[in-house]
Amino acid sequence: MNTLLSRALWLALSIFGAACLATVALRRGETINAMWLIAAAGSVFVIGYRFYSRYIADVALQIDPKRATPAVLRNDGLDYVPTDRTVLFGHHFAAIAGAGPLVGPVLAAQMGYLPGTLWILVGVVFAGAVQDYVVLFLSTRRDARGMGEMIKSELGPVAGVVAMAGILAITIMLIAVLALIVVKALAESPWGLFTVAATIPIALFMGVYSRYLRPGKIGEVSVIGVLLLIASVIVGGHVAADPAWAAAFTHDGVTLTWMLIAYGFAASVLPVWLLLAPRDYLSTFMKIGTIAVLAVAILIAAPELKMPAVTPFIDGSGPVWAGPLFPFLFITIACGAVSGFHAMVSSGTTPKMLANEAHARPIGYGSMLMEAAVAIMALTAACILEPGVYFAMNSPAAAIGNTAESAAAAIAEWGFVVTPELLTQTAKDIGETTILSRAGGAPTLAVGMAMILHQVVPSVASMAFWYHYAILFEALFILTTIDAGTRIGRFMIQDFIGSLYAPMKNTRSWVANAVATTLCVAGWGWFLMQGVTDPLGGINTLWPLFGIANQMLAGIALIFATVVLIKMKRERYAWITAVPMTWLLICTLYAGMLKVFSANPRIGFLAHADKFSAAIARGEVLAPAKSMAQMSRVVLNDRIDATLALLFMSVVVIVFVLAVRTAIASLRSRLPTAAEAPYVAVKDAPAAA
Amino acid sequence: MRPPPPDASVIARLHAAWKKAAQTANLAIGVPDYENYVRHRRAVHPDEPVMSYEAFFRERQDARYGSAANPRCC
Repeated sequence: MNTLLSRALWLALSIFGAACLATVALRRGETINAMWLIAAAGSVFVIGYRFYSRYIADVALQIDPKRATPAVLRNDGLDYVPTDRTVLFGHHFAAIAGAGPLVGPVLAAQMGYLPGTLWILVGVVFAGAVQDYVVLFLSTRRDARGMGEMIKSELGPVAGVVAMAGILAITIMLIAVLALIVVKALAESPWGLFTVAATIPIALFMGVYSRYLRPGKIGEVSVIGVLLLIASVIVGGHVAADPAWAAAFTHDGVTLTWMLIAYGFAASVLPVWLLLAPRDYLSTFMKIGTIAVLAVAILIAAPELKMPAVTPFIDGSGPVWAGPLFPFLFITIACGAVSGFHAMVSSGTTPKMLANEAHARPIGYGSMLMEAAVAIMALTAACILEPGVYFAMNSPAAAIGNTAESAAAAIAEWGFVVTPELLTQTAKDIGETTILSRAGGAPTLAVGMAMILHQVVPSVASMAFWYHYAILFEALFILTTIDAGTRIGRFMIQDFIGSLYAPMKNTRSWVANAVATTLCVAGWGWFLMQGVTDPLGGINTLWPLFGIANQMLAGIALIFATVVLIKMKRERYAWITAVPMTWLLICTLYAGMLKVFSANPRIGFLAHADKFSAAIARGEVLAPAKSMAQMSRVVLNDRIDATLALLFMSVVVIVFVLAVRTAIASLRSRLPTAAEAPYVAVKDAPAAA
Repeated sequence: MRPPPPDASVIARLHAAWKKAAQTANLAIGVPDYENYVRHRRAVHPDEPVMSYEAFFRERQDARYGSAANPRCC
């Protein structure tokens, strides 16, 4: 009787979800309420979790709750700790969620809400959550080892080294593109820059407090820190209103870039307790808190989506980023649908704390569904804006000019009605001088969030407060990724150079530390400067490179997972990872080819370089460059970007070829060849270390 | 950690929920449960010293940022 009732309920939920999805997909010509989208997404997540993830767990992976996990076998109370699954879920989600799922969907909104929504929903259920879950499971079965080491042991040393080099390149690219988003959000914005700059003294104070005044009292110091942050948003409003102070905090992108480079270097070499750790506390708690508040606010506000379901820009002519829907949508929304970086997290600290194999499903698959929910929220926030406002914020000055009038005229030509007054009024509402060409996603999301929060609690604070709060929230955790990422990049570089010249390996040596940090900062700083000085806004160039890199890492993780399934003699179920793997390889390799070789200079790096070098030969200066020196720099940038894209592609192709070789060998073997840690039953587990 | 017995009062339940929330928040920034650590050391290594909370906190902080093994995502 119970099963009958439960079946009926699941059937009802499926029908409900399908109806919502049909509304989202088929309603045309009138605005629809965001609730349809939210309900459709919620139903898909619940059904995907209940049926598909359970199928993967029971049939393909054959989860064994009686098998002891590394946390049980090596329990030391520190690194390896069997942890309550709800608590571990929080840890894992905090580690995977970041700026990616917030920014990608906002950029993808230029094609309308439908393409992005469908890719997030399908992508997460069949690719993203599968990757996170399977990698977490495989790492748990391998003493909680990291991605690089596992690839080395299952695919051979060459694949291991190539994958590690790829991971380093991707880390540097990731930092550069995130830093670019912060620069774009803070340039010429005294209010924003003041609040974000204020986080540094606040973090230093928290560092001293939790080291010497009240050691280890993180709870209270974080509460103090968050209150100070909110105060800094309020003070920032006064700073922006005062001409002298405003001038002190108004800087252009190039100056901010140098500041960020100096900050990244300092944060990475200073003692971690002083700046890095307290900033991490602030950003982690703000991130989780704000995401929760936004979720509730969207449910209460139930806003209408003003963006059309599909815009004409699916043909690749869009101003926000260039390239047609296939393959570029699938690399623009990376995190939120599938993100290769999660494979690193899933094989990092989480498997060391998994109390039972059965928990890997809610933690690995479940956390990723939650991240997709965040991506849907970001997409919603971007799509409730007037499309004209969205395009004014995200198009480069080269396309819409520098005044509200020129922007409104250009946007009207694309078929979206917007008045110059609306553009200036929106800027005024959010306490900024202009909203034009604030590319990078973060400001757009902040305007959307400010509108939602202001609508829900109109009397609590002004739009301008919420806007700058949202900017602070995004900038804060992006800066945490920049400083923690620089530190991680530094360790990777030390490891790499250390294998050639041993003294570089010493992480306590000041010289080794400074050399590796300089290399890492120079790497991302170079791309950041390129993006900031790019007259087309930088996001245009760097976001696709980042997306390709991140999705290729996912491709590598899924290649690894597929080979291991074959080595386990479960080739019958290898399609579970092989299908998303194939899709990602097609999208990333095709997108990479287009970025390098497309004859369209808007898309192809080399075609763009040729166009500019031909002009140099004729002695012409092409807009938006202003001098011959800039012209040559454009050409150099294009060639370096093309090289980088080719490098990413060769990494993934090499790993794939090595994987095919390994897979064929394992298919021929009659016995499983996967290198799992030996089986120990929970009941036989020793009391541990 | 353990679910409260069915007859536990509302206050005890709230207390347990609060404790779990605090544990989640701590772990999210890389600090596992200290009480659990102490219990573990006492049970498995009864004759060895146990770190004070301050030392434990520092050790965990250094571990979280001291290697490339703890990546966070974009």
